[in-house]
Amino acid sequence: MNRELHDFPGGLHLQTWKHLTDRIVSIQHPLPERIILPLQQHIGIPSRPLVGIGERVLKGQTIARADGYVSIPLHASTSGTVINIGDYPVAHPVERKAPCIVIEPDGRDEWFDMRPIREYASVDPLELQAVIRECGITGLGGAGFPTHVKINEGVDNAVEMLIINGVECEPWITCDDRLIQEKAGYIVAGTRMIRRAVKARQCVIAVEDDMPAAYRELEKHIDDDIELVSVPTRYPAGGEKQLIKVITGKEVPSGGLPIHAGIVMQNVATAAAVYRAVTRGEPVVSRYVTVTGNVQTPRNLQVLLGTPAIDCLKACGFEPESQQRIILGGPMMGMHIQSQDIPVVKTTNCLLVEDDKPRPPAMPCIRCGACADICPVKLQPQELYRHAKTDDLTGSQHYHLFDCIECGCCATVCPSHIPLVRYYRYAKSRIAEEERRRSGADRSRTRFLARQERIQRQSGYGPAAPESAPAEQPQARDEKKAFIREAVERSRARRRRRNDESAGDKDND
Amino acid sequence: METLAAIALLAFLLALAVAGVSLAAPYRRALEPSLIDQVDALLPQTQCGKCDYSGCRPYAAAVADGRADINQCPPGGEATIRQLARLLGRQGKPLNPAHGREEPPTVAVIDEELCIGCVKCIRACPVDAIIGAAKMMHTVIPEQCTGCELCIAPCPVDCISMETPESDSPDWVWMKPEAVQPLRP
Repeated sequence: MNRELHDFPGGLHLQTWKHLTDRIVSIQHPLPERIILPLQQHIGIPSRPLVGIGERVLKGQTIARADGYVSIPLHASTSGTVINIGDYPVAHPVERKAPCIVIEPDGRDEWFDMRPIREYASVDPLELQAVIRECGITGLGGAGFPTHVKINEGVDNAVEMLIINGVECEPWITCDDRLIQEKAGYIVAGTRMIRRAVKARQCVIAVEDDMPAAYRELEKHIDDDIELVSVPTRYPAGGEKQLIKVITGKEVPSGGLPIHAGIVMQNVATAAAVYRAVTRGEPVVSRYVTVTGNVQTPRNLQVLLGTPAIDCLKACGFEPESQQRIILGGPMMGMHIQSQDIPVVKTTNCLLVEDDKPRPPAMPCIRCGACADICPVKLQPQELYRHAKTDDLTGSQHYHLFDCIECGCCATVCPSHIPLVRYYRYAKSRIAEEERRRSGADRSRTRFLARQERIQRQSGYGPAAPESAPAEQPQARDEKKAFIREAVERSRARRRRRNDESAGDKDND
Repeated sequence: METLAAIALLAFLLALAVAGVSLAAPYRRALEPSLIDQVDALLPQTQCGKCDYSGCRPYAAAVADGRADINQCPPGGEATIRQLARLLGRQGKPLNPAHGREEPPTVAVIDEELCIGCVKCIRACPVDAIIGAAKMMHTVIPEQCTGCELCIAPCPVDCISMETPESDSPDWVWMKPEAVQPLRP
């Protein structure tokens, strides 16, 4: 390897548990009884349904369209009938339902007519971007940011380097590792397409040094045009800003994006999805999911989007009766799921069944500073915690709360077992809520002041001075009163009629 | 001689600095928002009048003058009281129940079938969130409604009710972890 690698601050050497799944060939998960596709599987605006209940759809057919720039279409992941469009439980930090399209598969898995691009090398970058969007590609690494938006930034700005991120640094997860081992050709070809779309000068595919099999597979497919880099295994080396630091030595400024450092980063699975979209016109309809932890046969599954999580768990020998909690994502950054019926979506990389050991209770902070030593963003986690605990939202922002990547290193080393990241997430969401409230209040103030001003201007109208309206003729006033009386009577009669109709129901007026 | 010159120079520089600061003071003060503005910025702008003032800004003026207490705003609730206390350097206190209770936000909904088009609610709405005209059905723009309830009383047919806004808003917050167990003495 010729590239000189750099180092990022902090981080942890964790026990990875990847040996459980990284050598087992992934299998295709069978068609589930029901496919539940949330309209929002990405960051941004939810898609808008294009199909109706009872309609027959084909695999890959667009069933919801993008609703805005930061939005992507959604496709049916198998052929069948739309049986419902409504709210179902989805993966969400607080127990929540979200609008989904539910499909009953017909078992034929019949593909929609697709329009591939044969010669991508001669295609305009903007057209590639359009294909990527039409095929519903979003960051498949975990955050789920629509890929066309990131690529568009690359089209508008000079891109020094494209980094394809195969550094799967969270313990237990091996879905990217398996994807590389099984589909390295797709990834390398997809990388070349993205590179063409963003016109990157250099191109790097990065993996961790504990993924030798994946490294060898990629090596077989790359040429001189792409550099293959193996970075030292240390959590969170796969974090966007951390990986940029390791490969280029550049630091992305606080609040900035990689593009500000001339870099575009995409996940390996995203690159494979781009290859499929361009050469076959195939949208994102399935993904690799690692099912591991306390199950009989941990392994990677190729799962159709919309498959309920419980189906994947059962396929790997999970007993639904057990009381063990299930983590969506990895142990460091994942979240506990409330319902096992939630569907696999574009960002679902891992289902991890926890052991049932009780967690040690949280004790007071002793200000040991262990968290500050390992923070990869060089924050002061103990200060962030102190402010979040006392709801001092301004204080936590002074300590750069929003630079926190929620990697969980601080909570792992905390000798008092304080769930630090949960405090940061709480504080971040409180600040966001506060901002929404503030902007709503600002709008109301503007409208209130505008109204006051208007009333002043047209004095004589409005509640400020209703008496000063020109005096009406007594006859006209009586007519008006009679008219209002009649209207009130009609309205009362309507209400009575309605109440009679819904007799037995609770009177909700 | 040199010492005297040095002292004179330092004294001159000091005088210059003092003059500069005092000349700039009025401009700096003009740039700072007034106390009324600062209080007003913390109020929820529902314009509901539950504080016994005709709107958020009159209440802000009263608070800034010390005529009104900081615990008279039910829509703002505990959070607003805390922020006001911090701004004014006072002790926080519970909401005065004489002005109402803190409740989750609601929006007004007009039962359009019962509306007779009397425009009384339109005149009552402090933020112009109700649209309609005389003898025409009225409706509330839910995004603009502050939930002030001022339209309820004037309605002659009682067709306005307060409802919780639709759930697809992004309003959710991560749960705060339970308090850390205190150390035993």
